[in-house]
Amino acid sequence: MTWLTDFWRSSIGGKVTMAVTGVLLFGFVVAHLLGNLLLLAGPDAINSYAKWLHDKGPLLWVARIGLIAIFLLHIVTAIRLSRANKVARPVAYAKEATMQASMASRSMLWSGLSLLVFVVYHLLHFTFGVTNAEHFAKKAAPSTAAWNGHDVHAMVVASFQVPVIAIAYAAFQLVLFLHLLHGLQSFAQTLGVHHARYTPMIKKLSVLLAAAIAGGNVLLALSVLLGLVKGAA
Amino acid sequence: MNLDARIPDGPLEQKWENRKFEQKLVSPANKRKYKVLVVGSGLAGASAAASMAELGYQVECFCFQDSPRRAHSIAAQGGINAAKNYRNDGDSIQRLFYDTVKGGDFRAREANVYRLAQLSVNIIDQAVAAGVPFAREYGGLLDNRSFGGAQVSRTFYARGQTGQQLLLGAYAALSRQIGLKTVKMFPRTEMLDLVLVDGHAKGIVVRDLETGEIRSHAADAVVLATGGYGPVFYLSTNAKGCNVTATWRAHKRGAGFANPCYTQIHPTCIPVSGDHQSKLTLMSESLRNDGRIWVPMKPSDKRKPADIPDAERDYYLERKYPSYGNLAPRDIASRAAMTVCEEGRGIGDTGLGVFLDFRDSIQRVGKQAIAAKYGNLFHMYAKITAEDPYAQPMRIFPAVHYTMGGLWVDYDLQSNVPGLFVLGEANFSDHGSNRLGASALMQGLADGYFVIPYTIGGYLAGQKAGAIKPDHPEFGKIAAGVRDMTKRLLAINGKRTVDDFHKALGKIMWSKCGMSRNEKGLNEALREIPALRAEFWQDVKVVGSEMTMNQSLERAGRVADFLEFGELLCRDALERRESCGGHFREEWQDGGEAKRDDVNFCHVAVWEHRGEGQPPVRHQEPLAFDNVHLAVRSYK
Amino acid sequence: MRISLHIWRQSKKSTKANFKQDGKMVRYQLDHVSPDMSFLEMLDVLNEQLTKKGEEPVAFDHDCREGVCGSCGVMIDGEAHGPESGTTTCQLHMRSFRDGAEIWVEPWRAAAFPVVKDLVVDRSAFDRVVQSGAFISVNTGAPQDANAIPVPKADADRAFDAATCIGCGACVAACKNASAMLFVGAKVSHFLHLPQGRVEREQRARHLVAAMDQEGFGNCTNQNECEAACPKEIPVRVIAEMNREFVRAKVRQEPVSSKRVGGDG
Repeated sequence: MTWLTDFWRSSIGGKVTMAVTGVLLFGFVVAHLLGNLLLLAGPDAINSYAKWLHDKGPLLWVARIGLIAIFLLHIVTAIRLSRANKVARPVAYAKEATMQASMASRSMLWSGLSLLVFVVYHLLHFTFGVTNAEHFAKKAAPSTAAWNGHDVHAMVVASFQVPVIAIAYAAFQLVLFLHLLHGLQSFAQTLGVHHARYTPMIKKLSVLLAAAIAGGNVLLALSVLLGLVKGAA
Repeated sequence: MNLDARIPDGPLEQKWENRKFEQKLVSPANKRKYKVLVVGSGLAGASAAASMAELGYQVECFCFQDSPRRAHSIAAQGGINAAKNYRNDGDSIQRLFYDTVKGGDFRAREANVYRLAQLSVNIIDQAVAAGVPFAREYGGLLDNRSFGGAQVSRTFYARGQTGQQLLLGAYAALSRQIGLKTVKMFPRTEMLDLVLVDGHAKGIVVRDLETGEIRSHAADAVVLATGGYGPVFYLSTNAKGCNVTATWRAHKRGAGFANPCYTQIHPTCIPVSGDHQSKLTLMSESLRNDGRIWVPMKPSDKRKPADIPDAERDYYLERKYPSYGNLAPRDIASRAAMTVCEEGRGIGDTGLGVFLDFRDSIQRVGKQAIAAKYGNLFHMYAKITAEDPYAQPMRIFPAVHYTMGGLWVDYDLQSNVPGLFVLGEANFSDHGSNRLGASALMQGLADGYFVIPYTIGGYLAGQKAGAIKPDHPEFGKIAAGVRDMTKRLLAINGKRTVDDFHKALGKIMWSKCGMSRNEKGLNEALREIPALRAEFWQDVKVVGSEMTMNQSLERAGRVADFLEFGELLCRDALERRESCGGHFREEWQDGGEAKRDDVNFCHVAVWEHRGEGQPPVRHQEPLAFDNVHLAVRSYK
Repeated sequence: MRISLHIWRQSKKSTKANFKQDGKMVRYQLDHVSPDMSFLEMLDVLNEQLTKKGEEPVAFDHDCREGVCGSCGVMIDGEAHGPESGTTTCQLHMRSFRDGAEIWVEPWRAAAFPVVKDLVVDRSAFDRVVQSGAFISVNTGAPQDANAIPVPKADADRAFDAATCIGCGACVAACKNASAMLFVGAKVSHFLHLPQGRVEREQRARHLVAAMDQEGFGNCTNQNECEAACPKEIPVRVIAEMNREFVRAKVRQEPVSSKRVGGDG
């Protein structure tokens, strides 16, 4: 065990932890988006997907706990590394300049913390039904309901029909884009893959992937807001 | 003064073997009882400290830089010679030996030079094993190039940073020993005096350059590897910190100073651009493999170089020395450049410069091939001059580069002070009156890796280990003297800065004892330098305090020594009434070629310090040439 | 040229408890600066002026003045070694600035590099990292012939690219996190690409990273500021190589056994 904690405590171990947990979280974000895209396929599709998930029972909880653990590890490691970085430069430069660091790379802590706030809100909103209880309370006919009569499709549509919510979700996707962009670009480098041919490819691919995730999520919110996806009459 | 070189008996090729065998040894268990101080951490110092620590001696190593990795060996660009004969072009130990003796204009000790040639091959093996990334060919084997004064390709190189890579190799070995706690490293520490007990070197007094503390270090032997004295000329290719202080103060304690007038002017440096100039930058001799040196045929021809047709160019080295061409030795190439400038054919605004032109090579092998070989040098040139050397020829001019003179040492590299060993550029030993390119790295590493680890045992075996401690009264006395000098320098509070005096000294040295010397100029210098020195001690201004980092104070101490040493250099130049290698006396020449006087001057001049106000005494160590024929050096 | 300088002046060495000491930025004016001067020669001129006025000259590290010893290095307008790429401070010329420029000159800033005086910092942390394992453990003696082990040219070139590091500390200074990973990565990469160096690659990677961490450098967040600042243009590839070597070494590390002698920790 000390072998593992020693590894985690080392600078490179910390980086590797960030990269590995980051890529797992990215995997989750991908799966999350693919599932949610079923919104576009109509109420039945997304509700039966939600039902399918819920029917997994204990397995779902294993996945959730795993996800939470990864998430926490990602955050705790980030905080540890960031604090060490602050300590490593006790006096700031009177004149600062940046030569080639990207905006995305410089805002990782900020974008990460923002995403944390967003995720909490997102869970309160769609998972626990705290912030907009009236949307969460939407019920569907037993034949189409996700579980306990919940109508996921109606809940989402009702939420995103509120312009403030839809626009806030869409705006947060920009933050997600930046965070994913630098995360994906760094991932290979941190795990030791650097090659004159492949590294530039990885960088381009990262833009594409991050844009696809963020774009997909924006599409969901906006397609409701613009009336392309309508609630059940 | 005892100047017995203690050259071993036997035929030339057996001498080193004989010495190693007849030498007394210190047993492994006893080695750890002996302490050796190594001053300087360049190629010679770092390799010596590491190698002696590996053997088991306790070593303390000192350097004035903030890290041992920064010693000026790091700036050597071109390469290191070794008689490997990997090129199959007829090289051998005998040939490297001969080239070096001839290149040094027959003013070096045969036995030392032969050993150097023998050890050259071990250095390359050692460096490669230590991870020095020498240039390689596609087959994975080491590449070579040619250097001045040789007709074979025996120079190993690492792009234009051979010194850096070799020093990093020695520094890595030293660092390993520091990590193992067998070497104690003292960076930012300057040796300010040598301590003798009963005539033996038993320690040094140093100043901690960070805190100003004056400290004593006692040991069983002292090794100086403190480099050369080029900055006595102020402007040189040496680092700003290079100084004569350690060797000069050892000289004042009794060590003989040999051949101080042998200074090397390097033919290819970037010309001076203005008064503000603080140093000169070398452009590696290796560039002469592919660059052609020329000036216009007509005096004061101010056309752009590209507009001057070949018929109106004088490729003067190729013309005068057809068999060596642009690869003539440094002293010859430097003087030839000076001659064409004196004829009014020099180029650039000052008329003090010649072209080093890559046009033909770029046409022959392409820009890329040239960039691969010399990229970093071209980059450096472009940075400094804001000119593109791929598009127009480089402007170059000779500059002070290396000093062949140094403390006198015997075959074992021990000075006439028992227990004081001197390595690398700091000693006088292997290069005679002119050093061939790529031989300095070879000598520094041979001394440090392969000579001192053997010969120091021979001395230590006769000494009682750890007999002298830093509380010996002699240390207190000498440390008090050092403190006193520091206080005196700070107390003067005159009007002129240290650099001002240094520049003034440099001007005298360069104009009167530079590339060519004559009796009149030298006599003038011998009057001007003492006057300048007297003024220094009355009018120098050193600001700041003693017990803190004080860079002006550091420089003031060094310049004070240069002001004494410069006089000795000129005196040596005056007394050597012949021309040889880097020492060119206008009175002794054959149409611009150096004319030696083997009857009267085939010897090493060794100076003995007799105290302030007393003229130094010149001793001689005769040089015998049993294996090479004393000939007029010809590169035609 | 007329140049205004804002220079960090500090007379006492930084400590952990008091890193800034009495330090502050002080403004100086120089009226006759030649564009052909190097940046350090410009500081020389300032120091001559200060000395004549009886003020303490600005302390700064420098030695070879040709870009290879790694002594010099200051932050110039927030950029390590100033505005030119692939250049040390001593190789930077005043022609890179405009007439009338206001230039901010500060020491490297890192907890691992305490300021000694003015612009001089203590970089011995680098030496200690090297002492922990940036070498090949061969004694002076009789190694095999230099050509006994062929090294593919591409490998030798890669090793060389890393070995060009001059240890100036610009990478640490420029890194937003004061990380030394470019420096340490360069050591790992230099030996990794040579067959002679590969023998002890695992303990080297572990020891170097442990020593680096102990010195209090920050952590790499892949912003590549170090690469842009490096006067020898060492690529961040070396950091990827170090990461890989460290993970590999950690994964392969066996538990310390009391039965076996000569473990390396």
